[in-house]
Amino acid sequence: MTQQQTIHAASLPHIPTRHMGRGVVAVVLLVLLLWLVQGLAFNQALDWPTVWRYFLDYNVLAGLGRTLLITVVSIVVAIIIGTVLATMRLSNSRILQTVAWLYVWFFRSVPLLVLLVLAFNLSILMPEISIGIPFGGPTFYSEETQKLINPLVAAILTFSLQQAAYSSEVLRASMLAVPVGQREAAAALGMTSARALRRIVFPQAFRIALPPIANDTINLLKSTSIVAFIAVPDLMYSVQQIYAQNFRVMPLLVVATVWYTVVVSVLSAAQYLIERRLRNAPSRTKAGASA
Amino acid sequence: MTAFLEIANVGKRFGGTAVLEGIDLTVDRGEAVCLLGPSGAGKSTLLRCVNMLERIDEGIIMLDGEELGWREAKGRMRELSGREEARQRQSIGMVFQSFNLFSHMTVLENVIEAPIGVLRRPRAEAVESAHRLLKQVGLDHKADAYPAQLSGGQQQRVAIARALAMQPKLMLFDEPTSALDPELVGEVLDAIKQLATTGMTMLIVTHEIGFAREVSDRFVFMEDGRVVETGPSSRLTVAGAETPRMRDFLSKVL
Repeated sequence: MTQQQTIHAASLPHIPTRHMGRGVVAVVLLVLLLWLVQGLAFNQALDWPTVWRYFLDYNVLAGLGRTLLITVVSIVVAIIIGTVLATMRLSNSRILQTVAWLYVWFFRSVPLLVLLVLAFNLSILMPEISIGIPFGGPTFYSEETQKLINPLVAAILTFSLQQAAYSSEVLRASMLAVPVGQREAAAALGMTSARALRRIVFPQAFRIALPPIANDTINLLKSTSIVAFIAVPDLMYSVQQIYAQNFRVMPLLVVATVWYTVVVSVLSAAQYLIERRLRNAPSRTKAGASA
Repeated sequence: MTAFLEIANVGKRFGGTAVLEGIDLTVDRGEAVCLLGPSGAGKSTLLRCVNMLERIDEGIIMLDGEELGWREAKGRMRELSGREEARQRQSIGMVFQSFNLFSHMTVLENVIEAPIGVLRRPRAEAVESAHRLLKQVGLDHKADAYPAQLSGGQQQRVAIARALAMQPKLMLFDEPTSALDPELVGEVLDAIKQLATTGMTMLIVTHEIGFAREVSDRFVFMEDGRVVETGPSSRLTVAGAETPRMRDFLSKVL
């Protein structure tokens, strides 16, 4: 290009590309969305007054409480067992590796619902649960299974054990994502491998695992609705009980839908805040440090 | 009778290939020895063997009269448990090519972690000595920063302070400046030079020949897993090399 051409090109106005297609799609989507909102808001079958009447109903709230209880206890237990399983998988012992692998294999193979009903009927398989020395040794504690396993316990057991299998895989991957140099540096400073895991690997692995674990928690929350099968009065079951009596099926399903959405939104917000906190911790300190 | 660090007939193989063969090397207390040689010579592997990050297949390594990785019990040598091995490593400091600072901890936390957790020092005492060490490497003003906010040179200087916080008897440097931008190499070398003046016993793998000549007492030139030539560091010039291999190597890097 000659210098004259360059000067000429520079003197002309420069127009950025216009994305006409995007605008058209946006308008179409907006119209569809408005149509959907209008259809829901003015739909007689939805019966919004009934929705709001039952939204804060005692049984609905008690059910929501049980849903949250099962979710929170299960995810906490799952992370604890999952951490142990992940550590076993990454240990040098073939026996520990195999045991952990078998656990994950079994609990990922059986559908949640099958597992739930299985746990509920555990007393058929094991009439008594006892703690003692196996193969004919003394027994320190014994109780009828039926007394220990009520539907709520069966539900928590099921979700904890199955979620542990999934969480262990997430945690294993996260531990592998921590650079091997971190462990070597810990070893070079005279830390035992147990201390290096606790102080160096786990704190970094949990940060990496946070988004997938949050995802699993949200998934778990919704999966708990299958406890209706063994008559645990959670959010879904409580709603079913109410509409079985008053036949207002759709409004009560909306009550459940709205509550699930609210809780998932809160969980998502919590995830966002925790992630931002973990990411921002360094830069906040930087401002202080360089001052 | 014996040297402070004695490496005798050490061999190491990865799968079928021998990466170290019949290595003999001694380092006296207060001496600085540098390991030189082309990449793949086994210098880093040897250093990692001294810190038991790699297991040797042959020979023995003695530090201050104690065999590394083994102990005598009832007339035979038993391999150390993880806990005993960790205790032995406490007296050996190591600085890595890739710094390996704990990324979830501040600079100060990096330095006090092992003194508090491993040596059980009172926190106040560990913090005080950490600040002193950070001052020594010129980074006390970065005590509250995270590793990701530091330059490579600064990270490596923190790594040196972190290793020194354990009050080691021996310091190992594994290519401490190889991962650094050229303009940051000097500050790290200065920190190591300063350490040499305090009489620290050091084993240094480096490609900085000028630095090696200045800071170390002796050199060990390695190639293909063997020691080719050793001598006083004043001989680290093309004219000073005695073997053709080393002369060839030095003429390429100098």
